[in-house]
Amino acid sequence: MKAAVLVFPGSNCDRDIAVALERVTGRAPAMIWHKETALPAGLDLVVLPGGFSFGDYLRCGAMAARSPIIPAVRDHAARGGRVLGVCNGFQILCETGLLPGALLRNAGLKFICQETPLVVSNANTPFTAAYGGERETVIPIAHADGRYTADENTLNRLEGEGRIVFRYQGEAPNGSMRGIAGIISDDGAVMGMMPHPERACDPSLRRMGGWGVFQSLLDAA
Amino acid sequence: MSTAATNTFTSDHPHLKIASEAMALEFGLSAEEYRLILEKLGRTPNVTELGIFSVMWSEHCSYKSSRVHLAKFPTKAPHILYGPGENAGAIDIGEGLACIFKMESHNHPSFIEPYQGAATGVGGILRDVFTMGARPIALMNALRFGDPSHPKTRRLLEGVVSGIAGYGNCVGVPTVGGETNFHSRYNGNILVNVMCVGLAPADRIFTSAAKGAGNPVVYVGAKTGRDGIHGATMASAEFDDESEEKRPTVQVGDPFLEKLLIEACLELMATDAIIGIQDMGAAGLTSSSVEMASKGESGILLLIDDIPAREDAMSPYEFMLSESQERMLMVLKPGREGEAKSIFDKWGLDAAVIGKTTDTGRLQLQWKGDIVCDLPLGPLADEAPKYERPFVFSSSKAREADAESTLAAEISFDFAGDLLAVMASPDMASKAWIWRQYDRHVMADTVSDSGGDAAIIRLHGSNRALAMTCDVTPRYVEADPREGGKQAVAEAWRNLSAVGATPLAITDNLNFGSPQRPEIMGQIVAAIEGMAEACRALDFPVVSGNVSLYNETNGQAILPTPAVGGVGILQDMTKRASLEGLRPGDQLIMIGETRGHLPQSMLERTALGREQGPPPPVDLAAERLNGDFVRGLIQAGVVSVCHDLSDGGLAAAAAEIALASSTGVALINPTDCPDRAFLFGEDQSRYLIALPFAYADEVFDAAKAAGVFAELVGVAGGCEIAFKDDALDLADLRAAHEAWLADFMSASP
Repeated sequence: MKAAVLVFPGSNCDRDIAVALERVTGRAPAMIWHKETALPAGLDLVVLPGGFSFGDYLRCGAMAARSPIIPAVRDHAARGGRVLGVCNGFQILCETGLLPGALLRNAGLKFICQETPLVVSNANTPFTAAYGGERETVIPIAHADGRYTADENTLNRLEGEGRIVFRYQGEAPNGSMRGIAGIISDDGAVMGMMPHPERACDPSLRRMGGWGVFQSLLDAA
Repeated sequence: MSTAATNTFTSDHPHLKIASEAMALEFGLSAEEYRLILEKLGRTPNVTELGIFSVMWSEHCSYKSSRVHLAKFPTKAPHILYGPGENAGAIDIGEGLACIFKMESHNHPSFIEPYQGAATGVGGILRDVFTMGARPIALMNALRFGDPSHPKTRRLLEGVVSGIAGYGNCVGVPTVGGETNFHSRYNGNILVNVMCVGLAPADRIFTSAAKGAGNPVVYVGAKTGRDGIHGATMASAEFDDESEEKRPTVQVGDPFLEKLLIEACLELMATDAIIGIQDMGAAGLTSSSVEMASKGESGILLLIDDIPAREDAMSPYEFMLSESQERMLMVLKPGREGEAKSIFDKWGLDAAVIGKTTDTGRLQLQWKGDIVCDLPLGPLADEAPKYERPFVFSSSKAREADAESTLAAEISFDFAGDLLAVMASPDMASKAWIWRQYDRHVMADTVSDSGGDAAIIRLHGSNRALAMTCDVTPRYVEADPREGGKQAVAEAWRNLSAVGATPLAITDNLNFGSPQRPEIMGQIVAAIEGMAEACRALDFPVVSGNVSLYNETNGQAILPTPAVGGVGILQDMTKRASLEGLRPGDQLIMIGETRGHLPQSMLERTALGREQGPPPPVDLAAERLNGDFVRGLIQAGVVSVCHDLSDGGLAAAAAEIALASSTGVALINPTDCPDRAFLFGEDQSRYLIALPFAYADEVFDAAKAAGVFAELVGVAGGCEIAFKDDALDLADLRAAHEAWLADFMSASP
């Protein structure tokens, strides 16, 4: 699988996700600076990592969504190439319009970092197939702005089309609508999720809940 | 070095007028210090020059009251690469790596403006570490607040925690542990001590020495504004009711800019363009330029007009004394400016050449074509005043009626009630409300974070790990500064040993009241001597540190709080211990002897509201013996459940293991101590380990052979903490333990 990780000023999970990708797929991803205007040829996957791109100033993800590299990401997605956004990457994907909705300040107004039990609510996607019959997993969250919000029509559509792929078990810690932790685009090529699968992808730390995301992508490539 | 008089440049500009003694007093200097300046200069300085002297000679920058005593710390060992005197300490941890770490206070600003005070504290300590070429890999903090009933406590806690989270989370360095205490003696003076640990190639450590003449001095980072002028002076003064008017001297942090600075500086450090590099912390451009030139045995000429400015019409005085955050100063090899510029451009950072090194041994400032400041470096740095302030040792508390075991006789024993009270007390209650707000997992190398004896961070890409901890028990230090100082070091050493790490070195953060009061100075001296004694006995040298004095408000000093930040190494991180993993049937074995020392215990504090008598003494030989034994068991893979005994004694340690493992325990008292003293006494140098029945005999035999005291104190099983016919349900204990802080923070102010 050939992957690339975008790096924005303020990204801070770019290395972590590169390490996870290499561990699972055996191949290190290309690291692409946000000022580039083209992606390497023949990519299977583009990852927008977590962090605080542009310091979260203005609005989380708003400035990164206007970076020079973004048109190339849109072209990649339009060709059916896969795009994964984690945490700040999810926020950026919502700001680009590649995914619907927005991520607002957590209901409790505070940053929350904790291991979080999730339900894999659709294991029939290229991002989640490896979870197979195992429909529950634990992946940590770490964010202040993760309350997924969209209008009623969008939420109904997401739900009806099986595009809610990860849900928080029980009450969403951040107050997300319909317990949404991760969604995919209508063509299934783009996924955004607030939990950090790259932080739960390491047998020696005994945290493996996120492995399935990378395994699924490898299997689908 | 010449101290020959030159003419003072003066003009009508208020910052270039001729200075006076009255002005010196206003700047926090004493009349004697002003006379000394005149003598060293052979002339009267102008206001800018006086301002530079006043910050360089402030307690915060010069350590003038503590330097004589800090020299008592052991600071040399084969693994120490850089000890005190650099931006941070550096130790060799093998395989070509150095661990660089330091702890620093931001007490005064955090009391005045808790969010920005704490945030910029984190920013400052990160810069101290990456300035030396290290990538920061972990942050910790040691926080002390006033009594929970004090009207400011909630707001200060809320602000400090948000500030630490806001800065650390954004920069992308995990905040992995620390401690939080409450005591009325911090009502008017909270403590915010932050520690940063970083990693660098051992052969590529950067220092601040600006060697050579004619080399370009490069400024990078935030533009300079008028914020924080005289911050170092504020940090060297006592507080009164009007202190909150000093809010404008607190700086505002920008963690995004810091993140860019880290990446840009590390990228530039990978080349060989840098001669010396220094962050602009307390006293800003003044202390950074003076330190660089002084350590480089050179001189420095700064072109004030070329400094990136955030505001118009700033004077040389304002440029030199500003404490605007996120700024770095470096001296490059000639001709390498373009290379540096292209890296800074990539990261969107402002940078400028603002001067050059010289061979004059002087700090010279040029502004609008004139030299407006021309000072010899010696008096500003190495020759700054050092005081041997008078001190008295008052160990009145230690000599108070020895309350030992009187408590046990005084009131009826209620095991479940006492345990619940201790575990739900402000100091002992779960701090999850705090650490849930910290990103503890970014960088994906966090093996163990808040809640254990020490945090464990894997060395990226290896099977080795660093362990780190922050410790001090201020009520012990108050009762007996020497024993309390020993205990702070011993507890850090013990916490590292309890996870299986080999302790390597410490950083310290000495927080005290006014050194001009002999009884406070006595605390400082005795605590340092006690710490030094423990450091020597445990081969646990000091590599860096910070001193914060004048922590007083309206004459009331804080509890003496010499916080210790310890670092150790696990050569095989799979051989480690934690509080988790206790299984039914496991034997609970106490390592170390119990005498039942109740005075100054958490139980006496919570149950009786009493803090009197001597603290538990530390037998450093036993400390070492017991710690080496326990660490050996963990490193051999025999033990993986372990907890050091500290606040709350055996009962609290057993309860914490039970909660973390969700398995009950039944305790017994095999000694002659009264039950209450056995369970809640805080004798030092003890550990609680748990292991399957099948291995217990092996451990007892090994202990006997090693001359280590070991005894069976309980067994695991069920869902209660039980002693004799009394028991506390784990669910009830958990509810009380986890509720206190969350309830306190959600209550209306």
